[in-house]
Amino acid sequence: MKGMSLIVKTISDFVVGFIIIFGAYIVLYGHLTPGGGFAGGVIIASAFILLMLAHGKDVAFSKLGERAAHILDSAGALAFLLIGWVGVVGGYFFMNVFGRGEQFRLLSSGMILPGNIAIAFKVASSLFLVFSALAVFRRRSFRSMIEGELR
Amino acid sequence: MNPVPLFVAIPLGAAFLIPMLGIWWKKSGEALAALSTATLAVMAILSIGSTAVAYHMGGWAPPVGIALVSDGLTVLLLIAVNVIAFLCIIFSLKYMTAYSGLPKYYSLFMLMVAGMNGVVVSGDLFNLYVFLEVASIASYALVAFGTEADELEAGFKYLVLGSVASVMILFAIGTVYAVTGTLNMADAAREISTRFSGAGAMNPALLLAAAMFLMGFSLKAALVPFHAWLPDAHPSAPAPISAMLSGVVIKSLGIYAICRVFFHVFGFDPNVMGSVILANSMIWLAVLSIVVGGLLAIGQWDYKRLLAYSSIGQVGYVMLGLGVGARVLATGGPRSLAALAILGGLFHLVNHAFFKSLLFLSSGAIQHATGTRDMKQMGGLREKMPITSAVTNLAALSISGVPPFSGFWSKLIILIAVVKAEHYVIAGIAIVMAFVTLAYYVKVQREIIFGSVRGAVERAKEVPAAMYVPLIILAIVCVGFGLLYPVFGYRILEPARDALMNSAEYVKLVLG
Repeated sequence: MKGMSLIVKTISDFVVGFIIIFGAYIVLYGHLTPGGGFAGGVIIASAFILLMLAHGKDVAFSKLGERAAHILDSAGALAFLLIGWVGVVGGYFFMNVFGRGEQFRLLSSGMILPGNIAIAFKVASSLFLVFSALAVFRRRSFRSMIEGELR
Repeated sequence: MNPVPLFVAIPLGAAFLIPMLGIWWKKSGEALAALSTATLAVMAILSIGSTAVAYHMGGWAPPVGIALVSDGLTVLLLIAVNVIAFLCIIFSLKYMTAYSGLPKYYSLFMLMVAGMNGVVVSGDLFNLYVFLEVASIASYALVAFGTEADELEAGFKYLVLGSVASVMILFAIGTVYAVTGTLNMADAAREISTRFSGAGAMNPALLLAAAMFLMGFSLKAALVPFHAWLPDAHPSAPAPISAMLSGVVIKSLGIYAICRVFFHVFGFDPNVMGSVILANSMIWLAVLSIVVGGLLAIGQWDYKRLLAYSSIGQVGYVMLGLGVGARVLATGGPRSLAALAILGGLFHLVNHAFFKSLLFLSSGAIQHATGTRDMKQMGGLREKMPITSAVTNLAALSISGVPPFSGFWSKLIILIAVVKAEHYVIAGIAIVMAFVTLAYYVKVQREIIFGSVRGAVERAKEVPAAMYVPLIILAIVCVGFGLLYPVFGYRILEPARDALMNSAEYVKLVLG
């Protein structure tokens, strides 16, 4: 059986959804409460890392493929840059051209909310990729090390 | 629209588009990197002679918001960085086909360019740090791009030492923020000049910050005794990356940052306590680099390692010009003399950027053709690779200061300034070490280019046009900067010198 024991698997399956929802909350309310794109992105990534620890990398990759993570990684950064470009309409790079809305409402403070979402995608996917690179690379290099010694 | 933010936005956009498109389109790296660096190079050349501007990100005025500043000094560095980046990308198109994972290479390359352009245009200490890290982290990965054992070791060594430097710089920025209450460089300069000038009014915390800035940036610029990473990192990287690292990275992250922070934020002025100490430390770092870099280069038999040590020595000359200029300003000497010294330093900075990237690219071409960088296994290259040999010769003559090439004039200006500032011993050392430079480049010519064909050169063929055309362009620039200085050189260098010397004007430009 790959991964950890049945207890760990069951519990982690149960909490993963909550972790992702909590992360999304931190991202979406980043402009109103403490938190933001980076913190929320880290929390979302930790849900996938938990899946990888409990079930092994195959299950985690079936939820979020390596290729999809790479695309999200670049897309998040590009989306943030695009938000900067939208500001050029107002005369300056990163100018807040969206309406500021009513204070303490979810849809307020203009470009900070879309900016946070873009950052969250970037952070979540790249942190997941960093972790999976460590998980995959360690095994590969260990094997090559042993083979090198045998030779 | 003002083009200043584009110098960061274009390479950053390309850096993130390349890996995404690379999944479906294998040539995305080559195409996008060539396109965006070409655009940047044209933009940089077109910005010659433009008026100095401060761009307010998001429309927020400077002490609060982030300012991007483009003045004479910025334009000088932007030209060097972007033109050399374009030529290195053209060289990479053919040279890098031997490596795998090319979209990653071009993506990291563009990130490095974005970081360097960001450092150069940033008007804010913290943004300077962030872009410095972007460029540094990209270059750590690029040094280790070959993933052989010694490349990984060099990359790791560079990473550890570079991180130490980054921590020092961050700590210094924090200290400046604690003392002045601002991160904007112009605002900090105004605070320091109003609150901490006059006899004995210098804050000890600011002296500590200055020391840590000097240490951090000197490590990025590889000045002796902070040079240990460079002789490993520069030879291990793929040739276009070596050219970028030695040509522009150590200058934009090290020398430029020293210029901006010390000349503008701290200011060299008789009223500011500690500025003489700072200027003296700059001169000592410079002299140590000239001597140690030069002497260690003589004994090298690995061609790229020789070039790496030579970079340490030549950056010492750049720093000597700037340091002597700073000392003259700090002791209240004639401003025209300080201007001469600084002009010499900046002139040598640009010259070294061009001829050292030419030398590293040609070393890449030689390695591509012969499969070795060991000088003992080469000889008579001029018969097998006439074009590469000719440009290597030209760059070697230029860097060792043979008239009428560009390196001669810049070293001459620095030496005249050093003598006029009455540092006779230092001038003597600099002259002797200029001959040592000539000596080890004569060694390069004797071992590699002239003589009878032997060793690995026997089966060598001239590299394809895609590789030698960038070399020829760089060679033309090397000759052109020397001969045509009165025609166009002054339009780039003199605004840079004036920008560097007038701290008050910088403050006025940014804060209005």
